Amino acid sequence: MKSIREQVVAWARKKSPWLLHYNSGSCNGCDIETVAALTPRFDVERFGIMLHGTPRHADVLVVTGAVSRQQEKRLLRIYNQIAEPKFVVAVGACACSGGVVHGCYGLLGGADKLLPVSAYIPGCPPRPEALIDGIVKLLTRIEGGNK
Amino acid sequence: MPKITVPLGPQHPALKEPGSFLLCLEGEQIVDATLRLGYNHRGVEKAAESRNYIQAMYLIERVCGICSHAHATAYVMNVEELAGADVPKRAKAIRVIIGELERLHSHLLWLGVAAHEIGFDTLFMYSWRDREMVMDALETISGNRVHYSMNTPGGVRRDITAEQVKTVLAKVEALERRIKYYIDLATQEPTVIARTKGVGVLPKDEAVKRCAAGPLARASGVARDVRKDDPYLLYGELDFKLITSDACDVFGRLYVRAFEMLESCKILKQVLNWLPEGAISVKIPVKLPPGQAVNRYEAPRGEDVHYLKSDGGLNPARVKVRAPTLANFTSVDYMLKGDQLADAAIIIAAIDPCFSCTDRATIVTPAGTGIMSWRDMRSHGIEFYKKKGIDFSKVKVF
Repeated sequence: MKSIREQVVAWARKKSPWLLHYNSGSCNGCDIETVAALTPRFDVERFGIMLHGTPRHADVLVVTGAVSRQQEKRLLRIYNQIAEPKFVVAVGACACSGGVVHGCYGLLGGADKLLPVSAYIPGCPPRPEALIDGIVKLLTRIEGGNK
Repeated sequence: MPKITVPLGPQHPALKEPGSFLLCLEGEQIVDATLRLGYNHRGVEKAAESRNYIQAMYLIERVCGICSHAHATAYVMNVEELAGADVPKRAKAIRVIIGELERLHSHLLWLGVAAHEIGFDTLFMYSWRDREMVMDALETISGNRVHYSMNTPGGVRRDITAEQVKTVLAKVEALERRIKYYIDLATQEPTVIARTKGVGVLPKDEAVKRCAAGPLARASGVARDVRKDDPYLLYGELDFKLITSDACDVFGRLYVRAFEMLESCKILKQVLNWLPEGAISVKIPVKLPPGQAVNRYEAPRGEDVHYLKSDGGLNPARVKVRAPTLANFTSVDYMLKGDQLADAAIIIAAIDPCFSCTDRATIVTPAGTGIMSWRDMRSHGIEFYKKKGIDFSKVKVF
């Protein structure tokens, strides 16, 4: 049984997760679908999800695209700037495993080569519905207190 | 006044993609700007060399998620040229349909992003809502929202049924009404005009000198469009206007893109109402004869140049992509100089930058190594055309 304090913290975390979107070497396909998820047809703001500009405000880091060697340090730095508790969501086949560009010389590989990934959303690119599903699943897990 | 340097990017709330700009400021005014690209360099050109011609097409399509059809079409046009294939007219018509739908979705996307940069989020939400109509039309035809994968060497992979034509036509007509509303909004709304008029000025001679492409060049009064200059697919037979503006600023770029959307609707209606009958693809051999091909395609952002070299093997020997944004970046530092820091985001966004298209590797080697400079290339071109009986030496480039 969790203490009341833990229950309140879990409830507060579940409400209104703010996203930081970072393109770590994507082709833009996942990025436009991520932005499309925020616009009227799909509207993730229903769940209190908002896109924010700075790492310091964010709870969830949305990584699109395989991590390129040029961005390795920058991505790590952005991740370190996010306050705890933080979660990483890998969006798209490239961020999950490297996808179609797997093995290219300019790439490190999927996002999990660098960061602890909490949720993988596959697809090339994933539809906004898939993105919403992935983030809602992450929220359910946060509620349960798991990472 | 002391000068300070402000870094913008690679991670920045206004720009969704990684590009770094070092802005040197004097107060609020930008006096110098340095650009750093290459964060998205993946090595796609090299990877294409280890795939066969069909596999490479799916890879080249993923150079960019917004203008994926542009890259894929330019690439397959090269493959078809090397194979000497005669692509059926119906396949070309379907390529034009997807290409114009892509232009619509790209311009609507840009309109939304530009509106967001000037703090007009209502317009951002409106244009992205209507963009979903285009996405639905693309999904009806190709089954996918972003990477359509309609092309295949020799034609297209899916046919368009009469029912699909009806659905898409209805969407295009509905969209046309919305675009007209945006044109009124963008050209009459005082807040839009205040943020865009006189911002990021690029005069015509500067645009020519800096090799600007696409809507950026057309907004500076340079009538340059591959669809008109060197018609590919069916563009030679279609009736559409080349939109230019003499405004030379962000407002001009907004104007050009808004009216181009109307022209795209016009093209779509023509092609959808007159879809030639026949096969949708021809067979292409697995191995292509040795040779080289270059093709140009008017992507939503401008002229997209693809080069393909075959050595007779299963895989391409060399693939080279020159995306339009790379040509446009040379104008960005000129446009930024003298403007306010607050306008930097909209000036950069106004060229509709696409960093994943841009970030290709270029090796600069000293003279005498067989690589030509711009001046050498021009004199080589003049010599080359002299043999064909055309004299280009009198043409003034800049």
